[in-house]
Amino acid sequence: MADEYGLVEKSKIMDAARMKRALSRLASEIVEENQGAEDLYIVGIRRRGVPLAERIVEKITDLEGKEPAYGIIDITLYRDDLSTVGANPIVNRTDLTHDIEGKKIILVDDVLYTGRTIRAALDQLMDFGRPNRVQLAVLIDRGKEHRELPIQADYIGKTVPTKRAEIVKVMLKEFDDEEAVWIYEKP
Amino acid sequence: MNKPFRRRDLLGIRNLSADEIVGILNTAENFREINSREIKKVPTLRGKTVINLFFENSTRTRTSFELAAKRLSADAVNISVSSSSVTKGETLVDTALNLDAMQPDCIVVRHSSAGVPHQLAKVSKAAIVNAGDGANEHPTQALLDAMTIREHKGTIAGLEVAIVGDILHSRVARSNIHLLTKLGAKVRVAGPKTLVPSDFAHLVEDNLQVCEHIEDAIEKADVVMILRIQKERMDSAYFPTLREYSIHYGLTNERLELAKKDAIVLHPGPMNRGIEISSDVADSSRSLILDQVKYGVAVRMAVLYLATGGTAN
Repeated sequence: MADEYGLVEKSKIMDAARMKRALSRLASEIVEENQGAEDLYIVGIRRRGVPLAERIVEKITDLEGKEPAYGIIDITLYRDDLSTVGANPIVNRTDLTHDIEGKKIILVDDVLYTGRTIRAALDQLMDFGRPNRVQLAVLIDRGKEHRELPIQADYIGKTVPTKRAEIVKVMLKEFDDEEAVWIYEKP
Repeated sequence: MNKPFRRRDLLGIRNLSADEIVGILNTAENFREINSREIKKVPTLRGKTVINLFFENSTRTRTSFELAAKRLSADAVNISVSSSSVTKGETLVDTALNLDAMQPDCIVVRHSSAGVPHQLAKVSKAAIVNAGDGANEHPTQALLDAMTIREHKGTIAGLEVAIVGDILHSRVARSNIHLLTKLGAKVRVAGPKTLVPSDFAHLVEDNLQVCEHIEDAIEKADVVMILRIQKERMDSAYFPTLREYSIHYGLTNERLELAKKDAIVLHPGPMNRGIEISSDVADSSRSLILDQVKYGVAVRMAVLYLATGGTAN
């Protein structure tokens, strides 16, 4: 069955419970790798990275009893395809109220695919200062063969080898009716 | 949510829908944050060229457009009338074609004649942004005024706005009347009879009322917008003396008492203190003149982004 975008639903690769467990594991790995929550700054990439980052912040707070700093990045103004994408992408606000100088930044996004979004986020971060270290956490990694830039994730919820014709959709209760990860196929 | 702004040129507010206006304002809101960063620059319009073509003097608007372009990493070139070929006899269309041959992405134009940006838009391949044409429109001023009002009042719908002064010659008033009425505000204009045609209300839009006395316009207003008296028009005898204008139409604290308790005061600048606005009003916390200037940069960033970004065809 094709949906409103003409995509064919193929399979559900993660449900709400598995998503929750994956995020818990990401949070533990982050505090383990960074030896606590000290100097951590969790930054969600709009749009779907934002609720994921919020959940990771909650889980880290539970684990460490201390809330790490939290911010939001909108990469629209740093895109490299502004002259080729059809209509103007909508600009949303970047919200990095804490100083990033000397911090350990964890960028959070839903899907890692070509790596171009992360490149844009890194460029924007550098305009805000000089973090001590930047790491990347993603819920889904679509596989290294799709990468167009030398960018890899440090924390991965699930690696899903996909074809170019496929689309991975992370559905979150903040935006959608359900919590799940689906693979769709362009017919 | 924002609606995509599909018009390439920004020639005036008159032809925009309420949704398009709100779309520009929402985009501008999101550009504000960049202006408070330590590094006030994003790479968005890298490689794009913006020409500021000013046939009329302007410091504030030109600087504001120039900063907006530069903070988006566009290359901005300023051309002012004194240094242009126009003084050597070149026609407007020839000037436009010559500039066009240098392949700019956007031309920001100000001219003392109404319709010049529209004329340029017909011949130029670049996006045209109107920075004020004669007594016609000044769309970015109305947008930054709207942004200031939204910031302080939350919304524009349902507000009562008084616009006082030389309505006849004011492009700021025209753009504001279009914008405010489209977004659901009630506008009352006041000024000397010679400067406010009485049939004006029918010419422009609904929700517009013409008042003879400043007091009638200001009473219970949420926003009081004061226009600059253009001293250069004094020769034409629209009113007897500046002193008399000030006595009848100057905004003083006593007159402002008639407005709502939390009314705000706007002025597009440059101010003539003691003529259209008294110094104590201009310096009071209700006067948001510097906020207007501040939001002007964000509004112009949004307009340049929407006019030059995206669609290549």
